[in-house]
Amino acid sequence: MKFRLLPLTLLAVFGLAIAAETNYPLDAPAPDGRRPGGTITQEFTPPKLHDEENKDIRRERNYPEQPPTIPHSIRGYHVDKNANKCLSCHSRANSARAQAPMISITHYTDRDHQTLAAVAPRRYFCTQCHVPQHDVKPLVENRFKNIDELLYRETSPSTSGN
Amino acid sequence: MKSIKSFFKRYWGVLRRPSVHYSLGALTLGGFIAGIIFWGGFNTALEATNTEAFCISCHEMEDNVYMEIKDTIHYSNRSGVRATCPDCHVPHKWTDKIARKMQASKEVWGTIFGTINTREKFLDKRRELAEHEWARLKANDSLECRNCHDFGFMDFTRQGKRASEFHSTALANGEATCIDCHKGIAHKLPDMRGVPGW
Ligand code: HEC
Ligand code: HEC
Ligand code: HEC
Ligand code: HEC
Repeated sequence: MKFRLLPLTLLAVFGLAIAAETNYPLDAPAPDGRRPGGTITQEFTPPKLHDEENKDIRRERNYPEQPPTIPHSIRGYHVDKNANKCLSCHSRANSARAQAPMISITHYTDRDHQTLAAVAPRRYFCTQCHVPQHDVKPLVENRFKNIDELLYRETSPSTSGN
Repeated sequence: MKSIKSFFKRYWGVLRRPSVHYSLGALTLGGFIAGIIFWGGFNTALEATNTEAFCISCHEMEDNVYMEIKDTIHYSNRSGVRATCPDCHVPHKWTDKIARKMQASKEVWGTIFGTINTREKFLDKRRELAEHEWARLKANDSLECRNCHDFGFMDFTRQGKRASEFHSTALANGEATCIDCHKGIAHKLPDMRGVPGW
């Protein structure tokens, strides 16, 4: 009876000993460079949430195979086992009524290049590739040059050899 | 048999006999006041069943649909205006309200017999329940939506491009009503195979 509490006491003492250890790295610097300063245990106020851009103006693609970004808000849209709100406008059958671009033929082919009657399962979850955009300052600088810029640089005499 | 007959006869006699102690005026007034009290009580009871707290007193409603609405714009948004269950599911007009309440007695049976008392049963039955709601909103031209969203006061210039395009065409000319285009705005959807437009 008397010794019931002994293991508990030992555990508590042991725990305290560990916690008191000063060089235990609880306060290591945060791992990602996007968060200036701060440590893992510190909490920051998150940045403000922005609305999705909803201008319905198609954006330029950076390369021909790029999945186009979504030019409108998709707040509250269901894309799950039961329902796919995107396809209620972008499927073959619905695109005429909605005057929305039809999903491309690639979305009907499975990985063995068999064309199916309906959207291939691997293309079903639209937001795996297509995402809405926010009008915000990018977190990291991007030096991507598209092919036209590269070609121009290759061929234009004033900047060649650069 | 005979005794019952004579029993009623005696009471009928009492009822027919003119009042000895109270004037006609007092009786009328009394009846009037009693009427108000009963009517009020009835309406109060009706109002009590017209709150979200009442709806989610049944776990069938709380564990499924209520949990799902919490993620949607009708539960939390920048203006802080909320739609509660009765706002979308119970008509405002008294006669319609009574009719809906009579219909809703099937929910009491549903509870007693446990038609949707587990998540699995609910999901299996969801399409059927949703179809009832779509049919109801289609038939009344989405009356409950329009109680809050009045087409007459929609500012198309303030809406998104797609919104104003659809609202100024199919909605304006009565081809479609809110529920035709806005299914699943408050809850998750059932299997939509075969639903027109999906
Ligand atoms: C007594 C418990 C209970 C309460 C309280 C309750 N419900 Fe239900 N509700 C159920 C059950 C059970 C069903 C499934 C009925 C069935 O199997 O057809 C249901 C079904 C529904 C449906 C689908 C209707 C249909 O026609 O198929 C709606 C909509 C609904 N409830 C809304 C509400 C609202 C709004 C309230 C509050 C005013 C409410 N419920 C209060 C138990 C309840
Ligand atoms: C109690 C009032 C009320 C009722 C009833 C109601 N709504 Fe709403 N609805 C709102 C409010 C408030 C908002 C959010 C406005 C805001 O802050 O942008 C909203 C937003 C919406 C949106 C915009 C969603 C978005 O992501 O921008 C749609 C679509 C909508 N409601 C459709 C409906 C439909 C369809 C019905 C009928 C089934 C309905 N509403 C019933 C009050 C209501
Ligand atoms: C013909 C189809 C159609 C009908 C009918 C319709 N809507 Fe919409 N509505 C849309 C589309 C498309 C959008 C674009 C955004 C979306 O899908 O969420 C939209 C957007 C909205 C929005 C958000 C506004 C915005 O700027 O994004 C509200 C609120 C709304 N609808 C309410 C209603 C109400 C209330 C009714 C019935 C009076 C109704 N709608 C009928 C197609 C329709
Ligand atoms: C903004 C309007 C709105 C609000 C608020 C709302 N509902 Fe619904 N509810 C609908 C619509 C529309 C449907 C038809 C199915 C669909 O499109 O999701 C529906 C369907 C249902 C169903 C049938 C099953 C299903 O999911 O399709 C039940 C049960 C239900 N609602 C109960 C409730 C309860 C309980 C509340 C309160 C927590 C509530 N609803 C709040 C609009 C609303």
